[in-house]
Amino acid sequence: MLAYAIRRFGQSFIVLVFMSFLVFVGVYAIGNPVELLVNPQADEAERIRATAALGLDKPFLEQYWGFLVGAAKGDLGKSFVFNVPALTLILEKLPATIELAFVAMVLAISLGIPLGLVAGLKPDSFVGRGIMAGSIMGFSLPTFWVGLVLIMIFSVHLGWLPSNGRGETVLVAGIPVSFLTMDGIAHLAMPATNLALFKLSLLIRLTRAGTREAMLQDYVKFARAKGLPQRRVIGVHVLKNILIPIVTVIGLELGSVIAFAIVTESIFAWPGTGKLLIDSINQLDRPVIVAYLLVIVSLFVVINFVVDVLYSLLDPRVRLGGAAAAH
Amino acid sequence: MTRTLRLAIAALALSALPVAVLAKDREVSIGLQAAITSMDPHYHNLSPNNSMMLHVFEPLIKRDANQKPVAGLATSWRAVDDLTWEFKLRKNVRFHDGSPFTADDVVFTLKRVPNVPNSPSSFATFTKPIVDVKVVDPHTIVFKTATPHVLLPSDLASVLIVSKGAGEKAATEDYNSGKAAIGTGPYKFAEYVPNQRVVLKANYGYWGGEEPWDKITFKILTNPAARVAALLSGDVQMIETVPTSDIAKLSKDAKFNLVDKVSNRVIYIHMNQSTEKSPPFVTDKSGKPLEKNPFRDARVRKALSMGINRDAIADRIMEKKAVPAAQLLPDFFYGTSKKLKPVKFDPEGAKKLLAEAGYPNGFAITIHGPNNRYINDDKVAQAIAQFYTRIGVDAKVETMPSAVYFTRATKLEFGYMVLGWGTESGEQGSSLRSLLATYNRDKGMGVTNRGRYSNPELDKALSVALLTMDEKKREALIQQAAEIAMNDTALIPIHYEVSTWATAKGFKYEARTDQYTLASGLKPGK
Amino acid sequence: MTEPARVEGPWVRFWRDFSESRLALVGLALLALVVAIAILAPVISPQNPYDLAQLDVMDSKLAPGEASGTGKTYWLGTDDQGRDMLSGIFYGLRISLGVGVASTIFALAIGLVLGLVAAYFGGWVDTLVMRIVDIQLSFPAILIALVLLAVLGQGVDKIVVALVTVQWAYYARTVRSSALVERQKEYIEAARVLALGQARVVFRHLLPNCLPPLIVVATVQVAHAIALEATLSFLGLGLPITEPSLGLLISNGFQYLLSGKYWISFYPGIALLVTIMAINLVADQLRDVLNPRLRK
Repeated sequence: MLAYAIRRFGQSFIVLVFMSFLVFVGVYAIGNPVELLVNPQADEAERIRATAALGLDKPFLEQYWGFLVGAAKGDLGKSFVFNVPALTLILEKLPATIELAFVAMVLAISLGIPLGLVAGLKPDSFVGRGIMAGSIMGFSLPTFWVGLVLIMIFSVHLGWLPSNGRGETVLVAGIPVSFLTMDGIAHLAMPATNLALFKLSLLIRLTRAGTREAMLQDYVKFARAKGLPQRRVIGVHVLKNILIPIVTVIGLELGSVIAFAIVTESIFAWPGTGKLLIDSINQLDRPVIVAYLLVIVSLFVVINFVVDVLYSLLDPRVRLGGAAAAH
Repeated sequence: MTRTLRLAIAALALSALPVAVLAKDREVSIGLQAAITSMDPHYHNLSPNNSMMLHVFEPLIKRDANQKPVAGLATSWRAVDDLTWEFKLRKNVRFHDGSPFTADDVVFTLKRVPNVPNSPSSFATFTKPIVDVKVVDPHTIVFKTATPHVLLPSDLASVLIVSKGAGEKAATEDYNSGKAAIGTGPYKFAEYVPNQRVVLKANYGYWGGEEPWDKITFKILTNPAARVAALLSGDVQMIETVPTSDIAKLSKDAKFNLVDKVSNRVIYIHMNQSTEKSPPFVTDKSGKPLEKNPFRDARVRKALSMGINRDAIADRIMEKKAVPAAQLLPDFFYGTSKKLKPVKFDPEGAKKLLAEAGYPNGFAITIHGPNNRYINDDKVAQAIAQFYTRIGVDAKVETMPSAVYFTRATKLEFGYMVLGWGTESGEQGSSLRSLLATYNRDKGMGVTNRGRYSNPELDKALSVALLTMDEKKREALIQQAAEIAMNDTALIPIHYEVSTWATAKGFKYEARTDQYTLASGLKPGK
Repeated sequence: MTEPARVEGPWVRFWRDFSESRLALVGLALLALVVAIAILAPVISPQNPYDLAQLDVMDSKLAPGEASGTGKTYWLGTDDQGRDMLSGIFYGLRISLGVGVASTIFALAIGLVLGLVAAYFGGWVDTLVMRIVDIQLSFPAILIALVLLAVLGQGVDKIVVALVTVQWAYYARTVRSSALVERQKEYIEAARVLALGQARVVFRHLLPNCLPPLIVVATVQVAHAIALEATLSFLGLGLPITEPSLGLLISNGFQYLLSGKYWISFYPGIALLVTIMAINLVADQLRDVLNPRLRK
């Protein structure tokens, strides 16, 4: 287990280096940040000065090498736009995003799995069909559209919820969180729902599919025949059997919701990293993009690692590290 | 919604209202469209920053709502001779920390401006002409320039004065944290959260008199729909740059006030004349390159200008929040010619001109434009393409985010480009020089001339104007240059953007040509 | 209503199983309609919405049923360029469906193969594939789309490439998770003992048993791909604006939502909803029917 973990994080290091290189190449291919940063009325001397100030006058590989040297010392560079260390900028915004992502995921999981179970156990009932048809609504319409409709209804027409921003925060273990204040919850409600919708639908559908299948497996039939109570059959035998794909998808979705809540954060002006990322990409603020994606890649590495560990816990037949099976 | 529910909500809203108004009487929230990247007034020469900084800091010369220069921290100024300027400074002005404002602060500011580390766009352009500074007494200062520089007062209007005492050892971070953000302006720094909000408090000792607000919160709401929703739901009391799609509805709604003003930004077309043969993305209708570059023919350029229905764009695409353009600035600005009128939509005439120029069957172009830079930029591009089908020119449209667009446009990878230009100085000479003088980066001529238009006659008129100190004569020269360029269709002006602000009822904003959103201009009332 | 005496062919049996659910039949009918509209768009549309010569900006933003200056009536109204919404939706359906299905198929194919291979072989192959997946998952779609736009330019094919690049990793991980479990089961062991070729074991034995969760994810992802394309359009990175997809129509109309000109994004939204609903109703039933273990 420990050896596995160490090996896994060793690999991650290579992933990080490779990732940063890709981002460098990508941003280089998109365009020249100076075009966007320098005031269009500026003269040539000013453009040259700005290019040098941002270190963009050096050859590409030299710029990348400079980044690597800095990164080795823990310095991921300063934002071109804000002149603040990129990592600081991201870490300041990260709690807001993680909070939003977790609330959304909790919503999706706590509703999605039970609803999916119901739909899977009674696939032909009215409720079962209703849940399935309803879940289609959750992913048919683009997030930005649903977000604005929510704002129209709850902020503009009813005036119940604030349309933008994050509410009042309190410090928990030094981290500002907003879900403990009324104001915070009011601000959280719409963006979290907006983000949760797609995941909710996906989870309902996955759970239903898994449940239907599990109900027909011999061991479930056997357990039922033995007269085990329904609750125990579902809680132990069915759930356990369907959890692997669900855990995978939850892992993937949690990662992507933290990383790319771009649209929701823009519409609701949620002060998180998604908004920072889209603004940085639009401004070609390379240090922030690189640092951001390195943070995200690390996040995915951790999530995927946890998910892989969970596999082996959920199903002992899955061995960590996947010892080659072909022999 | 049922009637009862409606009533209940209305009653609830009414009962809550008086308390809310009293508590927040002198507090206001404003929704801005772009991030403020720093609270250091010399770090990033960027319109949203410049607008924000004007609350905290002040220049020697201010600009009024029509960008006319007015006294700021200087009470008067004059050119002693061609190379010498004398400025009288305002007395009894104090910085937010209580220290008095003197000529030393001006000297310090001028020294700091070109030396802000990591600045992505500095203000050095404005201070560079000054080669020597002499402090005559604490409230008199003399500037020397190497060559006659008429635009010095205009340049200094862009340079905000910082406190020497607070700024001596300060870096950009100290301004962002508020430690060094000590100015003389009507509002004091209270909080700055990048990409999120700026909070300012009133400076009660302000020399210009009392301001209407105790506390202002600027919220960064880059998404246009989010901005409007925030206004509609009462989260902010004013927003800038109202999306054109919402103007009709807001202007009819008695709960809101809408103000607007034509701005200093022109949307125009550059046609790539850099190549002998077909420029990029210009072909005949079968896709083969053309023998000659059609944009080098003034008749073709004229025809393409006549082929655009500016009134329809202003009316239908811009919801009347645009004014058809004839030159680079609306004609109440300095150096503009009243003789120039927007080119009339005339598809028949355009076809005839194209035939005369040797293109009786037209040709094919791709219109390139940004889609997140100017108001409705991609829609304007699409409408132009639509009009061109009427004059026999096949037009495709490709729009992209400015991150990609401007790099490629500067590399001249496009043939026909939709662009915009805001004249911050408010005088047309500098714009003609940047956009239409023959491209020569080293001399600072035509630096943004992406069409590579070149006309010796225009160059000459501009270079004479540049060295003329007499205001009247100079203005006449610039007007003449503008007429030369526009009669030759050096570029195709489309329209001037109209800036818009919407406020909740009970607030009134004084609209500005420079698109700045200044809390001083927002008053309670009506 | 099957003939009792005859031996059922597989197709007959399939159809009988499928038609058991009335909801699925409704879905099938809707899907047939949507596909027919997509294919026949050029024939049945009142206007070619991609031909700028047929648009008139003076007819822009007409409400549904409102007559234009030239006397034409647009039943679903027009957008801000004067484009007939009905024709726009027909043509947009064509593009959205094409983009959604094509990108899902390609992404699925790539993800499936890599995921299976990673799970089956394990070891360094698994490590390599999964670390590439880690990178891919962390790479935002907008950045990929922006790079492709800068390097390759705009177009339907580039959008498909962007969507495939974004989505394959997702499938790879999902497939791998199922395959990891299946790999350990007796029947794979048995197949291996029989010394069947590895490719045969992977594709004939491992693959079919990993399919059910994958089909769920895939049918949802067709919708997701269409929505993602809409989101890219919303961010200004989608298709050329003169040739709008459903997603682009919605994101164009989005800005008119607050102003009451609902039809510009409402009707394309409905079209998208119906399309995705139809795909999923059919897919739900297909999955049940095709799943060997669910057969009664």
